[in-house]
Amino acid sequence: MKFVTEYRDQQAAEKLSQTIRKKVTRPWMIMEICGGQTHTIVKSGLEDLLPREVTLVHGPGCPVCVTPIELIDKAVAIAERSDVIFCSFGDMLRVPGSSQSLFDAKAAGGDVRVVYSPLDALKLAKANPARQVVFFAVGFETTAPANAMAAWQADHDNVENFSLLISHVLVPPAMEAILSSENCRVQGFLAAGHVCTIMGYEEYFPLAERYKVPIVVTGFEPLDILEGILMTVTQLEDGRHEVENQYSRAVRREGNRPAQERIAEVFEVTQRQWSGLGEIPASGLRLRERFQKLDADLRFPSSEEPARESPECISGLILQGIKKPHECAAFGTKCTPENPLGAPMVSSEGACAAYYHYGRRQKQESDHARLPVAQSF
Amino acid sequence: MADGKNKKVITLDCPLPRVSEDRVLLAHGGGGRLTHQLIEKIFLPAFANPLLEQRHDGAVLPINGSCLAFTTDSFVVRPLIFPGGNIGDLAVNGTVNDLAMCGAHPLYLSAGFILEEGLAMETLQTVVASMQKAASRANVQLVTGDTKVVDKGKGDGIFVNTSGIGLIESNVKGTIGPASVQVGDAVIVSGDLGRHGVAILSVREGLEFESPILSDTASIWPAVEALLNAEIDVHCLRDLTRGGLATTLNEIASDRGVCIRLEETLIPVEETVQGACEILGLDPLYIANEGRFAAFVPSAQTEAALQVLRKVAVSEGAVAVGKVEESPRGLVVMQSRIGGNRVVDMLSGEQLPRIC
Repeated sequence: MKFVTEYRDQQAAEKLSQTIRKKVTRPWMIMEICGGQTHTIVKSGLEDLLPREVTLVHGPGCPVCVTPIELIDKAVAIAERSDVIFCSFGDMLRVPGSSQSLFDAKAAGGDVRVVYSPLDALKLAKANPARQVVFFAVGFETTAPANAMAAWQADHDNVENFSLLISHVLVPPAMEAILSSENCRVQGFLAAGHVCTIMGYEEYFPLAERYKVPIVVTGFEPLDILEGILMTVTQLEDGRHEVENQYSRAVRREGNRPAQERIAEVFEVTQRQWSGLGEIPASGLRLRERFQKLDADLRFPSSEEPARESPECISGLILQGIKKPHECAAFGTKCTPENPLGAPMVSSEGACAAYYHYGRRQKQESDHARLPVAQSF
Repeated sequence: MADGKNKKVITLDCPLPRVSEDRVLLAHGGGGRLTHQLIEKIFLPAFANPLLEQRHDGAVLPINGSCLAFTTDSFVVRPLIFPGGNIGDLAVNGTVNDLAMCGAHPLYLSAGFILEEGLAMETLQTVVASMQKAASRANVQLVTGDTKVVDKGKGDGIFVNTSGIGLIESNVKGTIGPASVQVGDAVIVSGDLGRHGVAILSVREGLEFESPILSDTASIWPAVEALLNAEIDVHCLRDLTRGGLATTLNEIASDRGVCIRLEETLIPVEETVQGACEILGLDPLYIANEGRFAAFVPSAQTEAALQVLRKVAVSEGAVAVGKVEESPRGLVVMQSRIGGNRVVDMLSGEQLPRIC
């Protein structure tokens, strides 16, 4: 398939793998920011192609993993209302709240629907004027323009039964939070290509400079990621810390200006709670005053019940690359993909789920395995 | 924040939820792990008997010297009518195929209809006409049936259950089923994967393609019959319906305690189907097929089996995609296009489109 198969070519992958091997002289820990990149790494078994010295850690760029439990609880409470059609991207449905997931709410009679776009939710609102339609607007800068567009359109068309439950987060503040933590082990970043498609990569220059860390804007196909790793390793070996763009076929330095303008028109920057990372200042988006009538958090009253939390899930340490999933006491025992204690065990690109699957293989193949993931076991 | 004294260790707050086990979730019907849990915890303990415990697509019943296969399946699909077929085709072909997977010649079907009040009679007629055509094509007779009507809002137009009886031919050598799978067997799939699921999803999501993706719904008995007539020593046959190739192979790997090793480059997926999967964020390995099956045959007979299958219309795209190995036990492992390895796991529930 054009624009896909050429980025999954085995010979080219092998060549990049060889070049990385030649380049590496010592251990490096590189974090891929985006859940989509983690997905590709897991799905293509890409770590098998890396030398032992390179360790990939899965970053916080998975909206499923970082949406705080309070908001999942709020989503479930709204979804349970009989007057509501609750719309969400598919993989949010399985994320556990304090006591229930959206799947549970659906099983209990809630009208929960999977949509591919917030504009589909807006269409639903127009088609069902007697019901409240709520869209779960989670995600990073990548999903922000479409969500902003839905809010703008709803305002423009005076759609009164549409609202957004917002948990929008921003990548650079999360990277800063990770880098400024004193137990940070990450030495280089693969920045999230699609986030940069929207935002460009000018915001990363101060980060690279301040923390002396290479940041390579990277795409999502296996060859993109191998090339991103090569560029990062080359910088690390050369002692450089620059911002580079591997994903130049999609990303421009300044990003997508019209999309940025739409985001800025609808949203303003605010502090946000991150699941596992805690509260990070200026790390999220909320609706500007003009659009606040579309805020589901204000439209639907909150319950008094506090979110139930436990120290048992260590997803915060995992999302920062400080601990590996198998170092968690609950890993594979109390916490499995069927009974996830935290979001990273939920979907196939979640770091814990990825380790769960590889770990099982590693255990059985211990005699002859050459699994880079397994090195850290 | 860069200077040392402002550094902080980020504190953690992480959820410890109680996972609800008091209700049936949609995922319990998705064919993945939760479906298996339902069977293991609720159905098997209640109904346990040696025939049920074979856990095949149908039960094989020895009666007066001959062997009958008996199976049942219920069909719920939205939309009822989709590119390449409708719920009627599925209801006949699905049960015919379950019989075929036991190596049985499909003979007789029953049909139970649950209709929702208000259903357009024209829709029912279309579905019934398709059932008649599919039955005639598969050379089976629909010999008994039942109809119930439920209140509007209590059904999804039409639900159909079909049960079927087939005769296991005398040329079947051993038992065809997961228990006969052996280390060294080749894994053959009868054609390209993912058409049915993508045909359905593309209607639901309003996707349009230059040439529409049609469901692959069809009777696969002709392909099985050809294998048996050619005296291929077929060890196991499984149709690749709900949960797709990945789920089916996981079931077999786990039941038999073997490893099934696949090569991604060998797995046939049409470009349009692959493209739709890229857009929808889905993996064709997990997508339902309604006219495809996997056959486990001794590796020495791989070529012979492929030649036989490729002469039959419904399996003309047959290819060998992997083999059965001893370890790692219970897992399906795939060498990816770029040469890495990954575990092809069983899904917990339905495949969900990803955000990013």
